[in-house]
Formats: sequence, structure tokens, C-alpha cells
Amino acid sequence: MDSINDNLTVSSPNGFWASKRRTEKITKIFTTIVLSIGAVSMILPVIWMLSTSLKTPTEVFAVPPIWIPHPLHFENYPKAWTINNMYISEGITFTTYTINTLIIALSGCVGVTLTSSLVAFAFARLRFPGRGPLFILCLATMMIPTQVTMIPTFILFKSMGWYDTYYPLIVPAFLGGGAYNIFLMRQFFMSIPYEMDEAAKIDGCTNFGVYWRILLPLCKPALTTVAVFSFVWNWNDFINPLIYLDSNSKKTLALGLTNFVSLYGQDYHLLMAASLLIVIPLVVMFLMGQRYFIQGIATTGLK
Amino acid sequence: MTSAERKEAISAYMFITPFLLAMIFITGGPVLAAFGLSFCKWDILTPIQFVGLDNYKEMFFGDPRFWKALYNTAYFTFLSVPVGMVLSIIVAMLMNQKVKGIAIYRTIYYLPSVLGTGVAVAVLWKWIFNADSGLLNYLISILTGIPMSECPKWLASEFWSKNALVIMSFWGVGGGMIIYLAGLQGIPTTLYEAAEIDGANRWQQFWTVTLPGLSPIIFFQLIITLVNSFQIFNQVYVMTDGLGGPADSTLVMVLYIYQKAFKYYQMGYASALACILFAVILLATWLQFKFSKWVYYEGELRK
Repeated sequence: MDSINDNLTVSSPNGFWASKRRTEKITKIFTTIVLSIGAVSMILPVIWMLSTSLKTPTEVFAVPPIWIPHPLHFENYPKAWTINNMYISEGITFTTYTINTLIIALSGCVGVTLTSSLVAFAFARLRFPGRGPLFILCLATMMIPTQVTMIPTFILFKSMGWYDTYYPLIVPAFLGGGAYNIFLMRQFFMSIPYEMDEAAKIDGCTNFGVYWRILLPLCKPALTTVAVFSFVWNWNDFINPLIYLDSNSKKTLALGLTNFVSLYGQDYHLLMAASLLIVIPLVVMFLMGQRYFIQGIATTGLK
Repeated sequence: MTSAERKEAISAYMFITPFLLAMIFITGGPVLAAFGLSFCKWDILTPIQFVGLDNYKEMFFGDPRFWKALYNTAYFTFLSVPVGMVLSIIVAMLMNQKVKGIAIYRTIYYLPSVLGTGVAVAVLWKWIFNADSGLLNYLISILTGIPMSECPKWLASEFWSKNALVIMSFWGVGGGMIIYLAGLQGIPTTLYEAAEIDGANRWQQFWTVTLPGLSPIIFFQLIITLVNSFQIFNQVYVMTDGLGGPADSTLVMVLYIYQKAFKYYQMGYASALACILFAVILLATWLQFKFSKWVYYEGELRK
């Protein structure tokens, strides 16, 4: 690109290209500077978190802050992770909370990918009375704030004896997993040529066969997106575990961390260590699946 | 209806069974139930009691905390949504210039929004906003020369606490940025070339090509982010220990609903609050659709 521009500069005596190239260069430098300032302010909180997590309690409150504590107190991590306190019954650490969160988040992934794709398949591929209105209804449920449904659902689940169990947190994922995921899967199904279905049907495939054997294997990018979203959502979910879970042994990471904050509110070195450990799985997952779900979001944002 | 059509319809209904169950038990049904409950008085333990419009009367004429919560939520929304949107469009446009290291910038900007509204992020920001030794006041003091003791007290100040929530929300601009970036890349370059031939400068190109091309995405994002910010909860709960302090200055609608329902067990009153929140969200969405003439869809001739 640059060499072409160079040639043009030389060959245009009137200086038009030269001045155009100069403004372009200035724009680029300006852009880089602004983006870098932005990037620093995006990353600074994370560095601050890391730095605090490696300090002693006295270093934490030092002004001006010590960015690189010496020595590095890595022992804050195991300490924050296994800390016991008077309210938390013996033996319950962040490991317990992690296992609980994983149970909920992974079941959620299975439920959402399976049922959102089932529902989306019907909306994308099958003809049935009421399809249009039902799909609009489905989209309309996106507008419903969870707080409106929260109270009746709570009463329902409680009356079913589901209070302080994982059912209220897992079962909804098996009921289509929300309109957004159904919508995303439907968009993806629509982009697959219908000839695929027809060929399979001529070969004697049932509707379920078409869904399970033909379309689903083609949907891996969309399924990954849905699964990752669902995992992150469950990992971060706070209000649902807060209202449904009571016993300490059943609590999730989000609740465990909140407890920790209310008990050790001033021990920022430990709080930051625990928080960092909790977000690491998300960061790793993001870096690994980055390309997939940036694509996924981009397509749903557009359609 | 032929038998083949009937067969297809039956199998379609089986595919969408999860969605139908969700409509009955976790979205549609509960919305109706919440509406019904909002005319009742109920603490779950004693029998339910029909009270007509009492809850609404109490809310509008006898409950200053309701008005406070509504004001706080609106304040947060109307500050964080437009500014956040402008910021994410600017970042997306800068990133759309072909500067070096775009992938790195994209990752850095997008990462915070993956961590989202999780408890860990709220804990981190609680520490950043710490008035005496937090990161934000330290940066303010080195950039402006104001001593840290005279900087805003953020979460401890009745005036600054809401603004702290707004500032924190800007850390998530990367989520919108990704979507706008995809939108920008979808605008055909031929349009820019045509504009350039017509003698349009950069600024004119922005107004006549970029903005119309981006408008469907801006519209979509505006609706989604508005709905989401009306529902702010996690951050406030964690940073204020579930109280919405100081002096109710961060008491937002969802937090108030939560307090009424799950701290005071006023299920009817909480449902009435939720219904009002829903009405506000619907009204905001409806207004956006009503005033959506500025949205330009490709392939549609403007009248």
C-alpha cells in the first residue's frame, strides 16, 4: 500500500497526492494516539486489580500507589480462596462455590443449546398454523424485564418445593433458553440452504433427523456462541442465585464473593485476589473463542 | 389441510414445546400474574388479599422512595446510554481506520464487556472508587493537581454516587463497539467513493454515508441498552451492600423491587413496582419506534 502511494506522490507534480497522503498520515497517528489512550484506560483497572492482589494490607492503602509491590505476595491467592469465617460453615471455600457454579453453568449450556435450536428449527424450517404470531410473541418476550416475572416465578418455584435447589436456575435454560438465543439460532438456520433439508427428506429423513443429523452439525459456530453466552451469563448471574439459594453449601461464586465483601470489605488485597480468580475463566474463554462470538454478536446486531 | 401438512404442523408444535412451556411458566404467564398481584396485598404467609388500586395509590402519593428510585434509574439511564453510545461509535470509527495492531485494540476494548456486570467487576470498581486510596482519585489528583482529599468521595457521596455508576458503565463500551464495527464494515466502500467524487469532505461523508448506514444498528442498540440500563442491579447491590446508599442516592428501581419483595415480603407492592418499571420500558421502546423515521434501511426508498 505504501509503495503505491510513494509512486503516486512522485508522479503527481501538483502535490495533491502528497497533501492527501500527509493528512492520511496525520489522521493515522492521531487515531493511534486516541486509541492507545483509550486502551490504557480500559486495561488500567485490570492492572490495578492484579497489583492490589499482590500487596500487603499496609501497601494497599499507600499513596501514591505502589504499582509493583516488592516482594510479590502470591500467598494472598490461596489465602483468599480458602478463607474460613464465622458465618461460613466449616470446609466451605471458593472451591465449593466454583463447583456449584459449574454445575449450574454447564447444565445451562446443555439446556440452552439443545432447546433453543429445537425451537429455532421449527421457526426457521417448518410450516404450522400460528408460526408468525408465535415468533413475534417470542421476540416480544425479549422486552419483558426479568424483575416483572421474578416474583410470580419465585412463588411458583417455591410452591413446587424448589427453593434452595438448583432447579429454578437450571430448568428455564431447558425451556428454550430465552428469546435472544432462539432468535440467534433461527437467523443461523435461515442462512443454510433449504436444499440440504430436501435432499435429506428424499433420502427418508424425518424432521427430527434433518435437525439432528443435517443442520445441527452445520451450526457449530452458532451453537458455540449460544453456549458461551449462556455460560458467561450464568457465571455472572447474581439476582437469581440471590433469591433462590439459601444454604451456604449451595451458593455460587457470585454469592460467595458478595459474602466475602460484606465480611472482609477492607481487605482489598484478598478481595482483588478472589475477584481475579473468578474472572480468569471468563478471560480465558474469551481469548479462546474470541473469533466465534465476535462474529455471532456482529450478525445478530445487524439482522 | 392435507395429511402431510398436518404431520408437519404436529411435529413443529413438538419442536416448539419448550418455548410454549416457557411462555406459560416463566414469561407470559408470570407477566399476567404479576399484573394481577399488583392489585393484591400478600406476604406469602397469610392469605392473599385483594386491595384494588391501593398499591398504586400508595406508590404515587405516599412513597417518596419510589420517586427517588425512579429518578435515580432515569438519571443513570439518560446519562449512561447516550454518552456510552457516542463513545462506542467513536471507538468503532477509529478502529475502522486501518491502523496497525487493530486486533490487539479490539481485544483490549472488548474484554471488559465480557466480564460484564459480574460481582467481581463491581468489587473491583468499589475499590477503584475508594475516596482515599482508590485508582480514580489518584489519577484525578495527578492529572489536575487537586489533592486526593479534595477529590469526589464517589460511592460515599450523595451527589457523586450515581455518577460513579455511570462512569463504571463506560468500561463496557466495547460491547457496543464490536457491533458498530461490524456495521461500519458492512457499509459498501462504493458509497464513500461516490461521495468523494461528488466532492464531499470527511465530515459530510460521516453525515450522509456513515450515519445513515449505521442507523439500523444504532436503533437496535439504543433499544437494547436502554432496556438493560433500566434494569441495573448487580453493581448497585454489591457496591452498596444491597442498601442503595448513601441516603438512597443509588436506590434504583430493581433494587427497590428486590428490597420490597425479598426483604419485606410485600409481594403485591413489589409487583406493582415491577409493573410500573415494565410500563416505563414499554413506553420508552414505543417512543423510539414512533420516532424512528431517522432510521435508514438499505433497499428502501425514502419518501
